[in-house]
Amino acid sequence: MVERRPWLTVLAHVTLAIGVLMVAFPIWVTFVASTHRPEDIMTAPIPLWPGTQLFANYSELLFSGLKNPSAGGVPLWRMMANSLVMALIIAIGKIVLSFMAAFAIVYFRFPFRMAAFWLIFMTLMLPVEVRIVPTFKVVADLGMLNSYAGLTVPLLASATATFLFRQFFLTVPDELAEAARMDGAGPLRFMKDILLPLSTTNIAALFVIMFTFGWNQYLWPLLMTTDRQYMTVVMGIQRMINVADTDPQWPMVMAAVILSMLPPVAIVVVLQKWFIKGLVETEK
Amino acid sequence: MEKRVVFRSAWLPYALLAPQLLITAVFFVWPASQALYQSVLLEDAFGLKSQFVWADNFTALFRNTDYVSSFGRTAVFSILVAGLAMGIALLLAVMADHVIRGATTYKTFLIWPYAVAPAVAGALWVFMFNPRIGIVAYAMHSLGYDWNHQIRGEDAFALITIAAVWKQISYNFVFFLAGLQAIPKSLLEAAAIDGAGPGKRFRSIVLPLISPTSFFLLVVNIVYAFFDTFGIVHATTSGGPAKATEILVYKVFNDGFIGLDLGSSAAQSVILMTIVILLTVVQFKYIERKVAY
Repeated sequence: MVERRPWLTVLAHVTLAIGVLMVAFPIWVTFVASTHRPEDIMTAPIPLWPGTQLFANYSELLFSGLKNPSAGGVPLWRMMANSLVMALIIAIGKIVLSFMAAFAIVYFRFPFRMAAFWLIFMTLMLPVEVRIVPTFKVVADLGMLNSYAGLTVPLLASATATFLFRQFFLTVPDELAEAARMDGAGPLRFMKDILLPLSTTNIAALFVIMFTFGWNQYLWPLLMTTDRQYMTVVMGIQRMINVADTDPQWPMVMAAVILSMLPPVAIVVVLQKWFIKGLVETEK
Repeated sequence: MEKRVVFRSAWLPYALLAPQLLITAVFFVWPASQALYQSVLLEDAFGLKSQFVWADNFTALFRNTDYVSSFGRTAVFSILVAGLAMGIALLLAVMADHVIRGATTYKTFLIWPYAVAPAVAGALWVFMFNPRIGIVAYAMHSLGYDWNHQIRGEDAFALITIAAVWKQISYNFVFFLAGLQAIPKSLLEAAAIDGAGPGKRFRSIVLPLISPTSFFLLVVNIVYAFFDTFGIVHATTSGGPAKATEILVYKVFNDGFIGLDLGSSAAQSVILMTIVILLTVVQFKYIERKVAY
């Protein structure tokens, strides 16, 4: 604050409070709806205060799932587990692959070094939505439909993570590599014992972003999985809403919405400091 | 920038790069080249015969009123989403930068929609606006507006715009706040001593200094509105009613997977790729120069 202007401070608080309300209101309505019986959510106005079905709804959803044909029979814990596996493989895989690639590009001189760099860079320009049909065909030809490999491997390349590591490695003092070499450490030893510990904050930041990215994948699992056992929670919600001929079971759908948001939101809020740092730095 | 000290090995760098490059080649470069190749072919419905047709798929697209109107719709949608999400985020960031007490709490409450999947954000809002039971639709009914996004195209378009903006505010907020906090306080203090009020300081110091952030965010937001909103559209309106919410990225999916029109879908992919490449080039040009206008 540069100078004292009480009315400006009041205005700021009021604006921020309205902003927070705007952001949080849908979540409140959703949460409230998830704690009622379906009959209570049939006619407007719907209640704005939590009901009594919190445990009943959530436990039914988690352990036996919805009874409609398109999402039928798959308990939500199963979808959550699939999402978790997918998000973890994507986050860890992207970090490992990018770390190695950036190390090779920064710490070695070899033919086609810049070609490799540009090839990785290109992936930035090809979001999955854009090349969806041919990519689907590749995965289908490789027999990777309905598998965790099909869900994750095609998404493991990451230009952003490679760039972040490259930028960071370039700021690591040359003396460290020199000293390591003089003490007889090979490149792998240097990577493992010196670069890796130095990179922990970058890794934490990337983890938050990549985990969220993996968890929130939608189009890809939608195409990759025809077998219900591989359904992820984000795509499962779409199946629960778009039911033919009948109303969605709103309390259950809303409970699924709440549960599907919890893991990524928790990670972003808890690791807020690294998340913000990571977001601002990877995008530079 | 290059390292002075490097390691020597004939095989290690290739081994380290191999996994990343392999995935890039198989799942990025190859499909993209397939899209390019398919976009100049005309295939029959059974995929038995195909014929080289030069740019016919492209000219057919631009002669197709569906495609042209989808293009226009996507442009309006991106401008609306980018403008609203950035405007609201900037307002909130300026306010959050001003307050001292409670700043962290506000920040925590404002950033988390970043973690919500677009499809889930769509589900949240489709429930709020459900014509029969939605709380917002109910409020609009009592105000005399008969909201129904299942029938009226403009309502559906408004719905996906609101969901897309709601999700993107947090991202923009993080960047605007970081940009605002990087402005040296001494500049603002000097201006205040010279008698510039908050509004004047905002216009003549803050706004020019965060213009690089704003420009960067503009490109990111357009990319977001073009591509990442697929989940919102698919989970809420499925492009309807009567194609009122069919944006380009939804059309590629729809024509390719539902309509099975591979040549047209590939041509659309190529057009979208060109758009991403242009946006990325613009982005990098700007990063090279770091303009502060």
